[in-house]
Amino acid sequence: MLTFEHVTFQYAEDPAPIISDLSFHVTPESFVSIIGASGCGKTTIFRLINKLLPIESGRILVSGQDISQMKSDVGYMPQKDLLFPWRTIEKNLWLPMELKKLSKKEMARRSAAILEEIGLSDYKDKYPKDLSGGMRQRISFARTLLTDADLMLLDEPFSALDSLTKMSMQEWLLGEWERHHKTILFITHDVEEAIFLSDTIFVIKEKPITALEMIKVPLPYPRNRQQLKDPRILDLKESLISQLKAQVMLS
Amino acid sequence: MKKTLPPLIFLFVLLILWQAGAMGLDAAYILPSPIQILQKLWELRQPLLTVHLPATMNITLIGLLISVVLGLFLAILMDLSEMAERSLYPIIIASQTIPTTAIAPLFVLWFGYGIWSKILVTILMTFFPITITVYDGFKSTKREMEELLISFGASKKDIFIKLKLPAALPAFFSAIKMAVPLSIIGAAIGEWLGAQKGLGYFSRRMMTQLDGAGVFAPIVLLSVVAMIIVAIINVLEKILVRWRKEL
Repeated sequence: MLTFEHVTFQYAEDPAPIISDLSFHVTPESFVSIIGASGCGKTTIFRLINKLLPIESGRILVSGQDISQMKSDVGYMPQKDLLFPWRTIEKNLWLPMELKKLSKKEMARRSAAILEEIGLSDYKDKYPKDLSGGMRQRISFARTLLTDADLMLLDEPFSALDSLTKMSMQEWLLGEWERHHKTILFITHDVEEAIFLSDTIFVIKEKPITALEMIKVPLPYPRNRQQLKDPRILDLKESLISQLKAQVMLS
Repeated sequence: MKKTLPPLIFLFVLLILWQAGAMGLDAAYILPSPIQILQKLWELRQPLLTVHLPATMNITLIGLLISVVLGLFLAILMDLSEMAERSLYPIIIASQTIPTTAIAPLFVLWFGYGIWSKILVTILMTFFPITITVYDGFKSTKREMEELLISFGASKKDIFIKLKLPAALPAFFSAIKMAVPLSIIGAAIGEWLGAQKGLGYFSRRMMTQLDGAGVFAPIVLLSVVAMIIVAIINVLEKILVRWRKEL
């Protein structure tokens, strides 16, 4: 689904690259979390995939195609919901479809279907200010789904939510992922969140990023919170937290 | 009521102080009292409301309309092209260092005593706040929102229409609210320089007759008109930009 081939990137103001000769692969329909200390370059990876930053060397492939040769084909959900306050919820959902020049009828049909699915049909004509943080994130996710992209990049989408809402949003997201068969790349620095959601965790251990350590989460889907009490999972959580702590100390 | 009472009391106190000061000075040709001005307004209501106010409003509205079109055009141009921004921005700033009252007589020489010399004064005073405020509105668009649209495959035109234009609406309303009083001042200054009608012309004529209340009466009328227009714009803004605090 997504392949990095010897990718190098350096910010103009930095003395050295933040990403150097990085290669990794994400398989289709997987749920992959990237974890690492703050400022280690997680978001830079997303910005490269989104073509918001130009790679210096190497290639990024999405569905086997070099992204430099194609129009954006990823769904991006940022940390903040970034709903446009002047648009109703329905019109916010129309945004990616308007850019694809879909007919009004089709946009109305698809937005109604997704609102039904996420249980927010009654909010169609409301404005973002009328919604809670969790509802806004669900709308933001629905808008990302409506890009029709198979690869979805979620950049710490639940970091600003309170812990209870965050837990319910994580469970909701897993349901959506299982229903839509998308490939999700999820940035977080919450180790438990990464374990609960992902089938694979990529750990950023160094700066510049030259490799990602791949860890398979030994849990089947569908998941529940009880599984997080499994001794293997507790060990994994401890080990990941220790690694992140070590990174923070180093930086 | 709780919100409107304090400003009303403040205004009333100011008027009382003014009335007392004017009565103490007892020289209406220097400082007429508010009551004298109101009396004058009532006496002159016929020519002021049917001849002079429409003449000034004609210049104000044409000048404001041209300023809005020009201001928006310049703001859009500077937002779309860095070269245009570098070329135009210093000239636009420089245009505001010109003392309008000093250069306005030249406009009369160029365009005569018709309405266009007065409209030009109005434009010179009004297009600047529109251009700069709307341009700043475009520039203050959230970078993350722009990037989100780019990730959806938006072109520069899409970003402008779907993000920058609506995001700059609050700035546009602020610009118009600044521009309305300025356009009225511009029209009045233009009329001072030479006209056969208009509130600026009327105020000047009263000055030559040492009629203090006659000088103030059209000024009060202009202020009231400006306040009414700004109030209408405020209502429109509340309807169209309910999301202002959300941005």
